[in-house]
Amino acid sequence: MFAERALGTRTPSELIWSVALWTVMGLFVANFMLMILAVLVNSFATQWFGTWLPPAFTTKWYVSAWREFQLDQVLVVTMMVVGAVVVISGLIGVPAAYALARRNFPGKRFVLLLLLLPLMVPPITYGIPLATVLYEARLAGNIWGVILANLVPTVPFVVLVMIPFIEQIDPRIEQAARLFGAGTGQLFVRVLVPLLAPGILAALLLVLVRTIAMFELTFFTAGPSSQTLVVALYYAVYAPGVRANQSIDAMSIIYMATTLLWLMIALRFVNPVQLVGRPR
Amino acid sequence: MSGGDGLTGRQRLSRWLANYEVDGVALLVLPAIACMLLLFIYPFLHGLILSLQPRSGEMLDNYRKFFSDPFLYDTIWTTLRLAFPATIINVVMSVPIALLVRRFRRQRLLTAILVVPITLGPVLIAEGMLNYLGPQGWFNGAIVGLGISGAPVRLIHNYAGVLISLVVAGFPFVFLLTLSFLSGLDPSLEKAASTLGAGPRARFRHILLPLLLPALAVNFCMSFVQMFSVFPAAVLLGEPAGATRVISIAAYQAAYEQYDAPMASTIAMIMGAVQLAIVAIVLGSRELFYRGSTGSGKG
Repeated sequence: MFAERALGTRTPSELIWSVALWTVMGLFVANFMLMILAVLVNSFATQWFGTWLPPAFTTKWYVSAWREFQLDQVLVVTMMVVGAVVVISGLIGVPAAYALARRNFPGKRFVLLLLLLPLMVPPITYGIPLATVLYEARLAGNIWGVILANLVPTVPFVVLVMIPFIEQIDPRIEQAARLFGAGTGQLFVRVLVPLLAPGILAALLLVLVRTIAMFELTFFTAGPSSQTLVVALYYAVYAPGVRANQSIDAMSIIYMATTLLWLMIALRFVNPVQLVGRPR
Repeated sequence: MSGGDGLTGRQRLSRWLANYEVDGVALLVLPAIACMLLLFIYPFLHGLILSLQPRSGEMLDNYRKFFSDPFLYDTIWTTLRLAFPATIINVVMSVPIALLVRRFRRQRLLTAILVVPITLGPVLIAEGMLNYLGPQGWFNGAIVGLGISGAPVRLIHNYAGVLISLVVAGFPFVFLLTLSFLSGLDPSLEKAASTLGAGPRARFRHILLPLLLPALAVNFCMSFVQMFSVFPAAVLLGEPAGATRVISIAAYQAAYEQYDAPMASTIAMIMGAVQLAIVAIVLGSRELFYRGSTGSGKG
């Protein structure tokens, strides 16, 4: 009780420090919000140049962006890629995390290193050789290549996020299930998955957000018909040709809304602090 | 293999494997290993071999070419000049902000706000900065209007633009890692120090910081990886032909503009080597800090 009050008391210098910190953070957040607002306002503007606010508002840019960039197709591809990556990395990653959390087999440290490496090397480094290999195997340039490339960072990510979650489960629960004759498959479906649901959900939702945002790997492996939203957006900005930047802004807002929706769902289920796990 | 014999052989094998804790459960790791070997190790080795087979000349010619052409080798310095400050700014900023958020009652809401930049993606950040920080944007309008500066400040299409966008885009991950480590620290350590009369500054210097440093080193590495492969921001917000011609632009041009896969692989290998060297240095210096249990034992 006494100790807690001591932690709460403030000296004048600490007060100044705290006020300064809040100010800096507030400025950061305010500027950041204004930046998003600028894009939002511009995406609804008929035209906007050099004034505080645009003269008139319209929604035509959303319609034209949708048509011009074939957003329906892009969104379908994005959903297919992201869905496949989430499901496959869950199916591969969760069992692997279980094995790594519960067994001490020889070479375990090596396996952990193998899983840590893709997260410690920039995506471009392995993205370029990977794209070369996939093109030689005739797997790149289509949706399969994009899915395969995106598995490289997500499988290790799921494994490393899930290990601490699994370690928290009392092994005696599994022993009891085994005693009653459950095989490994039944153990997973009936016992582990329900117990691990929050962890699995957290890991997979984060994989989802990461995959939507993964630019480099998709960029290197996608063909014209297998671009995800983030790559299509980049091409929209970068490709030569006259394009109204309102139209690009409208598309960015659609992108943000898509990701934000999923992130908000993720945050409803889990405390964001748990998402990254505890570094050891 | 005949039936009975095979069974005992299999039994013997499984008993022998069980001694090493290899059983059905341990085998569950195999798909992940196969995935990594096929999609990560194999392409990496392939790239390495490819980089040693230049279109013309000897084995190491691609590497020689890279390190003799300032247009190519300068990209390493250009990239480091962006990635280092951006990572350090984020890691340093994340500590006081995480300390503040930890004490705040509506921690979750605040965290959610700070995590939003994850959802923006490189293009929206770029578009936002071009709009907001551009010469006609609100930011410069306010600065000139308030008389802080006579002329608009140039914050886009240069080094500053890329740096700002890296800081904005990279902050959420850094912050989440720092915050999660802080929440994992045993609060009784701080309470004990406070009972013994340590003020906030002393508590931070002698208790929190030493405990945090190893985690910050990991945090630095994780974030540096992202910064080091900066690509869209450098193109959209920088001067991709000049001050922000980062190494990934060079790799991209080799691969998709000159269609020189060996050279592109060479640049990718050099990128990986530089990145891993820096990770090794940072994590190596971790040995100098305190290592041990910092949690409260609740797991």
